[in-house]
Amino acid sequence: MLILDPTPIEAHFLRMTQYLNSADDLAALIPDGAQVAIAKPPLSPTAIAGAMIRRGIKDIHLITSPTQAYVADLLIGGGCIGLVETSGVSLGEIGPAPRFVAAVKSGALSIKDSTCPAVYAALQAGEKGQPFAPLRGLIGSEVLANRPDYKVIENPFEPGDDIVLLPAIRPDFAIIHAAKADRFGNVWVGGRHELKSLAHAAKQTLITVEEIVDEDLRLDEACAPNLISGLYVRAVAEAKQGAWPDAAPGHYPFDEDAVIAYGAQARTEEGFDTWLNDHILPAVAAE
Amino acid sequence: MTEVKLEERLITCIASYLDDCPHIAVGVISPIPGSAAMLAAERQGGKVSIIGSDHPKYRCDGGVELFDQAGQGRINAFFLSGGQIDGQANINLHGVGDYPEMKVRWSGAFGSGYLYFLVPKVILFRLEHSRRVFPEKVDFISSPGVSEPGVHRPGGPHALVTNLCAFSFDKAKGRFRLDSLHKGTTLEEVQDNTGFAFDMPEHVPQTPEPTDADLTLIQSDIADAIAGPYPKFARQVFGKAA
Repeated sequence: MLILDPTPIEAHFLRMTQYLNSADDLAALIPDGAQVAIAKPPLSPTAIAGAMIRRGIKDIHLITSPTQAYVADLLIGGGCIGLVETSGVSLGEIGPAPRFVAAVKSGALSIKDSTCPAVYAALQAGEKGQPFAPLRGLIGSEVLANRPDYKVIENPFEPGDDIVLLPAIRPDFAIIHAAKADRFGNVWVGGRHELKSLAHAAKQTLITVEEIVDEDLRLDEACAPNLISGLYVRAVAEAKQGAWPDAAPGHYPFDEDAVIAYGAQARTEEGFDTWLNDHILPAVAAE
Repeated sequence: MTEVKLEERLITCIASYLDDCPHIAVGVISPIPGSAAMLAAERQGGKVSIIGSDHPKYRCDGGVELFDQAGQGRINAFFLSGGQIDGQANINLHGVGDYPEMKVRWSGAFGSGYLYFLVPKVILFRLEHSRRVFPEKVDFISSPGVSEPGVHRPGGPHALVTNLCAFSFDKAKGRFRLDSLHKGTTLEEVQDNTGFAFDMPEHVPQTPEPTDADLTLIQSDIADAIAGPYPKFARQVFGKAA
């Protein structure tokens, strides 16, 4: 295998992106109270979420871009999340997200409800370094009425036309699982352009991948447009099956049976704890 | 001919509201509307974008781009549902009781807070026709059915299709009108199970049954295509594996 000697610029990237041993090493970089963003399935960052639960990280402000399923529910049930900012949390065709529902109803979890394009637009404003983004829709909804941070202004270019302004989102961390990374900090996300936006908006991005490859992914014209540049990536670790039970396209499909089992089991706290013991906590013993 | 399944009847009923829609988009948890969109596109031509599909014909950027297309008016029809839908077509996807610590909590708005305003023909769809689903007034307005003058609102509710019947929505009046009753449903049954007042013609017709050509298409090409994004539905209704 040919290993390219890093050019000076690449060496700079190598200094920027740390290669760590495990998802647990990545989770160790996240302090209590941080703002953490995760994208919708597929490729949910299950391995890092599990590591956050094992570490007992608390009071995270979770942002879902724009919705989430199993991993958000897991983090909520696992006690990591104080506030969730989301356009929706559910297990999709399988049913409600049980720990999310229980935590919102009891008031244990604060919630900032939004709508999908609002989360995207606010992240895009963050990505551009702009203070806010305008968005159509929302006016007259109780979603807007419950978001005092969203403002309605008159379109300065067309009097009488009201429009909503959303403050930019710049998460402290984006956590992502992807198919592959190279040794220069570049992470390939395929057609998931919103994962690039998420990494661009976040102050730091932590990524697990199915595999770390030796070739420079920037040399492949088909790959190059679909990379998160190492400039944004604080640290990478390999985590095989790191999205399970979510799908990692090209590697493994969605494990529907597992999520059905989770949805049934996590209806009670006791059942959820059993799930943690069976699927999340054992990684500690393996260390 | 074997007996027509309710799902097949609903697919053709929804498709009948999708005339003149060159681009139909389909969101999450919408296998019946998704199948209807495919059927409409097979009949009249046009593009269907299904969020989460990896089928080349239906694949789309289900992230930012779909919403950008809606913002520009490039999407003609979309589907929404609600835990509650009221007589003014306000939809509630958040829950029952006082927000935020509600007695019953649902998933959240998803894209509705935007798409309901911008997509010209939004078809509302719900498989449970009951007074708890169709109250006079929703507990929480996730997205309003109609807007005040001056609010940018090229889109909004076009029809409401349930397991019992189909309504169209009159935007000027802000009211539903009963268009047809599905085979086996009585008017009384609809009235007993609807919590809001609605208009209706003197004689309410039966929803047209699917034609043999429709059924062939639904059971073959459409069942195969829908199995990608909706494996559970395809297995249960058509006996198809993803």
